[in-house]
Amino acid sequence: MAADTAKVDPMHQFAIEPLFGSDWTFAGHNIAFTNSALWMLIAGICLWIFMIGGMKREVVPGRWQMAVETMTGFIDDLLEANMGKEGRKYVPYVFTLFMFILFANLLGLIPLPLAMAGVHAFTFTSHFTVTGVLAIMTFAIVLTVGFWKHGLHFFSLFVPHGTPPLMIPLIFVIELISFLFRPFSLGLRLFVAMMSGHVLLEVLSSFVIDAANAGPGYGVLIGGPSFILMIAICALELLVAGIQAYVFALLTSLYINDAEHLH
Amino acid sequence: MPQIAQMSETFASQLFWLLLVFGILFFVIGKGMVPKVMDTVGLRDKQIADDLGAAQAARDAADAEEEAWRTRENANRASAQALVGEAKAKAQATTEARLAEVQAGLDARMADAEARIAAARDAAAGEIESVAADAAKDIVSRLAGVNVDQTAALGAVKKAMAHG
Repeated sequence: MAADTAKVDPMHQFAIEPLFGSDWTFAGHNIAFTNSALWMLIAGICLWIFMIGGMKREVVPGRWQMAVETMTGFIDDLLEANMGKEGRKYVPYVFTLFMFILFANLLGLIPLPLAMAGVHAFTFTSHFTVTGVLAIMTFAIVLTVGFWKHGLHFFSLFVPHGTPPLMIPLIFVIELISFLFRPFSLGLRLFVAMMSGHVLLEVLSSFVIDAANAGPGYGVLIGGPSFILMIAICALELLVAGIQAYVFALLTSLYINDAEHLH
Repeated sequence: MPQIAQMSETFASQLFWLLLVFGILFFVIGKGMVPKVMDTVGLRDKQIADDLGAAQAARDAADAEEEAWRTRENANRASAQALVGEAKAKAQATTEARLAEVQAGLDARMADAEARIAAARDAAAGEIESVAADAAKDIVSRLAGVNVDQTAALGAVKKAMAHG
């Protein structure tokens, strides 16, 4: 039946396919250039093109330069608000992180007209191998900064001020565990948010297709509302794309602030 | 779920390309472009702050100028008023001196006149006495046939006049 062939697998969009270089290896591991790597590259190039607009360096900025300056100013303000003056030196990292995730999230939402031919946008932030690495990078910076600046005194981060002496061992263990969970929550939050949104969109689109295939009545009654809901959820996903990038940058700045200033 | 199903076979590739792309972005965009953009913003902010500062300085200078002008104007007015006051005082002093001089002249003439009046009165009184003495001597000689000398008669008249 047609309904069987039109069946949509909502998870298929996350499948990684090697595009070329399947036999490339690096230190004994396969590093094929996949669709995921392609979209990382596309996000990077888009970000680079976006940033070029900010390099005109005019005293009276045009719209594009203004947009670039707004983004750098946004991250600068974010770090300034959370860390104070020391936040300045983390602007390059947090800005790159924020913009890279933002571009990845937004590019992944673009409904390419070539989707019928099997070419569709790939959201690499919906893979916890990617978000996890980004989170571990942030966590590594936190640990490096923390131990570099405070040495073993960094462990006082796990004992909040005013803890009764009797409670210190217990609190220390709890705080340590919550601290060690940070990279997981950081990486999983982005991965789950991106993946769930894309699954939801795919499921709704399969409703539209299946309802339309089942007959005009079903198509109007089920497919119509599903399609309207899809558009609304697309708008929501645009919001989520921005918010998740912001949350990642915000939590990164908060965690680095902990390392920089302890409590 | 391809994220888990393909994890072991794709992890190395994901890690490699992510680190490569992110690393290039970090150095090219984060380290290269972002500081320049922020410098531009800082430069602009500084220029605006400088312009505002210059405007403020010009305004302060104008205020100071006006204040100086006001002080100068007040001093000029005060000196003019002092000049007027001095002239007024001088005129008054001259008038007063002149008045005093005239008054003194008048006083002198008055005293002179009064002295003359007093002398005339004294003279007149002396005349009256001698006339009275002559009259008294004549009356006495006619009535009593006694000849009284001039001195006695004058003494009697003086006594009577002092009593009278």
